Amino acid sequence: MEWSWQRIPSEFLVTDVKLCRQGKLGKRKGFLHIRKGRIEGLGVGAPTAEGIPALDGDGLVCAPGLVDLHVHFREPGHEEKETVATGSRAAAAGGYTSVVTMPNTDPAIDNTGMIRYLIDRGKEAGRCRIHPTGAISPGREGQGMTEFGDMVSAGAVGFTDDGSPVASGGLMSNALKYADVLGVPIITHAEDRSIVGKGCMHAGYWSARLGMAGMARAGEDTAVFRDVELARAAGAHLHVAHVSTKGVVEIIRRAKNEGLRITAEATPHHFSLDHSRCRGYSPLFKMNPPLREPDDVNAVAEGLADGTLDCIATDHAPHTVTEKEHQFDQAPFGVTGLETALGVGITYLVNTGVMDLGRLVQCMSETPARIFNLPGGRLEEGAEADFVLFDPTRKWKVVADGFQSRSDNSAYLGETLIGRVAATFRGGRLTWRAES
Amino acid sequence: MILKNKDVLGLEELSAEEILGVLEIASRFRAVFDRPVRSVPIMRGRTVVNFFHEPSTRTRISFELAEKRLSADIVNFSSATSSFSKGETLRDTAENLAAMKIDMLIIRHGSAGAAHYLAKVLECSVINAGDGAHEHPTQGLLDIMTMRQRFGDLRGKKVTIIGDISHSRVARSNIWGLNKLGAEVTLCGPPTMVPGGLARLGVNIEYDLKKAVADADVLNVLRIQLERHSSKSFPGNREYHRMYGITEDVVRALKPEAIVMHPGPMNRDVEISSEVADGPRQVILDQVANGVAVRMALIYLLSGGDPGALGGG
Repeated sequence: MEWSWQRIPSEFLVTDVKLCRQGKLGKRKGFLHIRKGRIEGLGVGAPTAEGIPALDGDGLVCAPGLVDLHVHFREPGHEEKETVATGSRAAAAGGYTSVVTMPNTDPAIDNTGMIRYLIDRGKEAGRCRIHPTGAISPGREGQGMTEFGDMVSAGAVGFTDDGSPVASGGLMSNALKYADVLGVPIITHAEDRSIVGKGCMHAGYWSARLGMAGMARAGEDTAVFRDVELARAAGAHLHVAHVSTKGVVEIIRRAKNEGLRITAEATPHHFSLDHSRCRGYSPLFKMNPPLREPDDVNAVAEGLADGTLDCIATDHAPHTVTEKEHQFDQAPFGVTGLETALGVGITYLVNTGVMDLGRLVQCMSETPARIFNLPGGRLEEGAEADFVLFDPTRKWKVVADGFQSRSDNSAYLGETLIGRVAATFRGGRLTWRAES
Repeated sequence: MILKNKDVLGLEELSAEEILGVLEIASRFRAVFDRPVRSVPIMRGRTVVNFFHEPSTRTRISFELAEKRLSADIVNFSSATSSFSKGETLRDTAENLAAMKIDMLIIRHGSAGAAHYLAKVLECSVINAGDGAHEHPTQGLLDIMTMRQRFGDLRGKKVTIIGDISHSRVARSNIWGLNKLGAEVTLCGPPTMVPGGLARLGVNIEYDLKKAVADADVLNVLRIQLERHSSKSFPGNREYHRMYGITEDVVRALKPEAIVMHPGPMNRDVEISSEVADGPRQVILDQVANGVAVRMALIYLLSGGDPGALGGG
């Protein structure tokens, strides 16, 4: 896609694009009309308005700006891994216009001042909307509750001790009840550490063969089960982070059939990679929850396809090269994801026939925005002009120096992915444009 | 060339031919032990670094002895004196070693995969002296050598490995090597210590000790690593000894030719009773002597030693 504008005007058209909205990819090409940061109009065919500057979309797909409910931007405390500025840049390069940040920074995001700080840093960076979550417990230490009400009024969109589970069922129960009145979800990092122990990869054939301590599925399954039952008792909204087991998919399916207010996300790595990747001891395949067995990978993909799992969230977890040069069992958990998520989704879900592109885009934009009540994520008249233009057939190779993130600990290094972002707009402003 | 790769990282990577080739050379070195002068000047002027990032007495001494008998120059590095406590990465360590131009690295490390990582980034040969709970190939080779001294061909022989399989690199190296030589391996221990995932490697898993040893030719008894187990996975020494300890009663029911092995150091009267440890079935000191011979053979072969030059055994 070529254009010669020095600046994007406040009113413009994007023409010759396939609109992807409400779970469907338009067959005919159409247009988007942007005015003062909002979507003024959209439709198929050529626009009727005259005299408005137009970008030729060149047949690209035009989708709502992607929304990620789970990122780690490491600020404050670990700016050597990522900052709000570098993370926002990575987000924009991946097609994202809104992200929900996790509170496990150093110190943790557990008060109103920290929430405001992150939102301000996001505005300074300007590339995507930053929606912070707050910690459930002060310092994420699992003792007592933070000031949910005050943080919500400052812009917190949910609460979680992500990175660590809430070991106390009593605290979790109270947090669910309390957050519900404020209209925000509790996000559970579901893990029973007394079951998982010192595990550093999935407990199964490969951990046994490689001689590494395993993390049993039951550690995740039983923790989700507890939290679902607590949410049932509280009548509250529970959001299950990074689902990785077939057992959890089944627990959530049953809970949804019973009408509980449970939502859930899955990461690109959990629907695309299995535990055999750990065989070379590369810490690029070390994450929590870990890569599991092929039937878990399939269950997660199927769960996304049939709506049991609502959305795709990256769990973007940058770490420095040095940290990832430690031995597998010593290296930190986590991989980056923002810049590869769309490509991984197209390569592993759409091109394999698990779901169509419309559903994938919905899982990455409209649905996550809706379940967390966030602006953006919709292509419709009057909505924020957050959108992404991408080529769903473009092949590209993932290389370490191709990232905007400060870190390059991607599980897909060296892989060829299909589907690449051409440009990202947030509120009608260009936030990313790929070199052609 | 008996060994195809520059490193010996595990028995997973060695073929049956390589294993038998190494053992053949080891048996020739073993013969040297009975001579008045036990060293051979084959490694003169070559430097071997023993890098032990985890406590070890037996394996380290065995390697040192092997190196000395080959007349190599030896440098010992152990965790207390290396920079690891300062948080140096394995990569930095590797680069330092590479800059020092050593000829061979013997590495013992608490992390599975550490030897593989160093082998990838270093030009010199690397011998894995134990990586976490993954592999301990020289122990596997010396165990197999000891079994072959008794039984010759191991095809169809039944080897039962008893104990804490989940934390045992000895068990994994035994499984790979014995499978390749056609032996039938059974794992036995409390369910909290035997990872079910290993069944896919082609071994039997049997939690009942009596059944597990009924037609065994070899009992390989592992050290119970009390320090690695929280009390929750293991009721205690007394219970272990009663259920899985190799006692006179157990040994009495074995086939007459069956042998009892232990990689040491033993917890007497926990996994093995003193009577058995000192009794006629055990071949523990043969294992120790074979360990030196196996290590000599590997060091010799990896340094480009000519198998023909050693003469008959």
